[in-house]
Amino acid sequence: MNNSKKVIFTILISVLLMVLAACGDGSSKVAFLNVSYDPTREFYQEFNEAFATYWKEETGQDVAFQQSHGGSGKQGRAVIDGLEADIVTLALAYDIDELVRSRQLLNEDWQTELDYNSSPYTSTIVFLVRKGNPKDIQDWDDLIKKNVSVITPNPKTSGGARWNYLAAWGFADKQFNGDETKIKQFIKELYGNVEVLDSGARGSTTTFIEREMGDVLIAWENEAYLSLKHESDKGEFEIITPSLSILAEPPVAVVDKIVDKKGTREVAEGFLNYLYSEEGQEIAAKNYYRPRNEAVLEKYKDQFENLELVTIEDFGGWQEAQKVHFADGGTFDEIYQ
Amino acid sequence: MTKSIEVQQDASPIINRKAIKSYALQESAIVKWSLITISLLFLALFLILPLITIFVTALEKGWATYVASITHPDALAAIKLTLTVVLIVVPLNTIFGVAAAWVITKFNFKGRNLLITLIDLPFAVSPVIAGLIFILLFGAQGLFGEWLYQHDIRIVFALPGIILATIFVTFPFVARELIPLMQMQGVTEEEASMSLGASGFKTFWLVTLPNIKWGLLYGIILCNARTIGEFGAVSVVSGHIRGLTNTMPLHIEILYNEYQFTAAFAVASLMSILAIITIVIKNIIEWKAKEV
Repeated sequence: MNNSKKVIFTILISVLLMVLAACGDGSSKVAFLNVSYDPTREFYQEFNEAFATYWKEETGQDVAFQQSHGGSGKQGRAVIDGLEADIVTLALAYDIDELVRSRQLLNEDWQTELDYNSSPYTSTIVFLVRKGNPKDIQDWDDLIKKNVSVITPNPKTSGGARWNYLAAWGFADKQFNGDETKIKQFIKELYGNVEVLDSGARGSTTTFIEREMGDVLIAWENEAYLSLKHESDKGEFEIITPSLSILAEPPVAVVDKIVDKKGTREVAEGFLNYLYSEEGQEIAAKNYYRPRNEAVLEKYKDQFENLELVTIEDFGGWQEAQKVHFADGGTFDEIYQ
Repeated sequence: MTKSIEVQQDASPIINRKAIKSYALQESAIVKWSLITISLLFLALFLILPLITIFVTALEKGWATYVASITHPDALAAIKLTLTVVLIVVPLNTIFGVAAAWVITKFNFKGRNLLITLIDLPFAVSPVIAGLIFILLFGAQGLFGEWLYQHDIRIVFALPGIILATIFVTFPFVARELIPLMQMQGVTEEEASMSLGASGFKTFWLVTLPNIKWGLLYGIILCNARTIGEFGAVSVVSGHIRGLTNTMPLHIEILYNEYQFTAAFAVASLMSILAIITIVIKNIIEWKAKEV
């Protein structure tokens, strides 16, 4: 009897220790967390430094900036599950809409709170090909040629991939004058050429550049430029801008419920407003995001080729596009088996 | 499991072992040498070569870059977090493992087999699911989510969640190592100790512990190695906040995704060194255990 008591005692102690260990961290200091998607790492690293200096001058406040990056959908999911993001800067509005739908973390009309659909910078979808463009890829219809191998992420999990898919759809829509059977056939052939379907945009880039797979990577314009900058010993690349693409608007928002709880609304709003300032726009342009500010855009105009752009409104907004194309049983399921 | 078989073989009479040996020698030399060659080639291809690649890539851009990579604040934070997790998880799982093995092997009670099965559960469950379990329990939409939110207690996407997920994945190691060993040893020595009037604790400390010490150390080493290396479960509950909730394996993934390949391999080489040290200690323990 004495023995079993000791054993029970030991077990109780260890359970208690576990609980103590689990609670120990509850009081860590309040910090400012920006939950973002994959390709913004370098941009926000630079932007945070500039904003920290600006904010210190304005308010005398020191802010401990924290960054979290990953696939847009996955990051949104983490915020829903309790990752306490002061602001979210994701790849598409749909992922922020989900925060509203699941836990009412922000107002339903969050996208009207800042200018330009709450998207301080934009991007578009372009192609990255190997040096000299050996497969002679110029436009979307070159991607369905027999011997071309395409790398793009999975639209079910990646925000960037959805922009890629819709850009291709936009091209086919114009090509075939809205004939849906022909558009689907085109998209089907395109995804038939996809060699690796990674779960996130950054994964696809690594597949193309480091693992040297595929002839063409469908990528964010900023991501494509960034990989030119980071060119490794694996070879060189060229950017091909297609005749038509999509205006990608990665939105930003303050997560109301969390900043009110943490008392960080002021710095969160300051942060987002600074994205629209000339300094913020300049840093965005330097990191290959298309700035909204006309003067900054003019200054960097050599970097951004002019092309015909469809917008998400042409697809009836994100809710509609998600339902028609990417939800279970949508067009993507139809063409990709 | 393999360990228990080994132990049993060691315990079997010497004559028997010799018989097995001479039987094995009857195999033709071709079979023997081709098997040895295959094993060595396999090891070289899947173990030695990748290990060398890690160190070569890590040192590609020279020592200065290597040192800079592993002394970067984010890398240091990741190393510190990993060590914190080890310092909490390994002692807890040691206590749990010894307690569980003791209960299972020294007592007969209802539900004993169920307990053994439950201890094996983390081996069967994928680490990703292990992580998701904690999201479902402590996430904002989880079972205790609302209560935790109101009391401002953070479990997932913070240190407690990482610790819980790691405990879950690594808790069988010590117990699994001890159970076969203690089963083999039986209860006679403990019974003798008790009948001579020693208390339960004294019996454990002076009789059981010396008997199991090498098995216990072996289990701790394995538990430690897995704690440092755990990726899947921790990835789910981490939240990936740089400099705060990234352990070493997560930090390596982030560096790799940021095109910082040299830095990624530098931190990976550090983990490999830890792994090699672990294997060396493991071998010393096995050797010592055989001597005793």
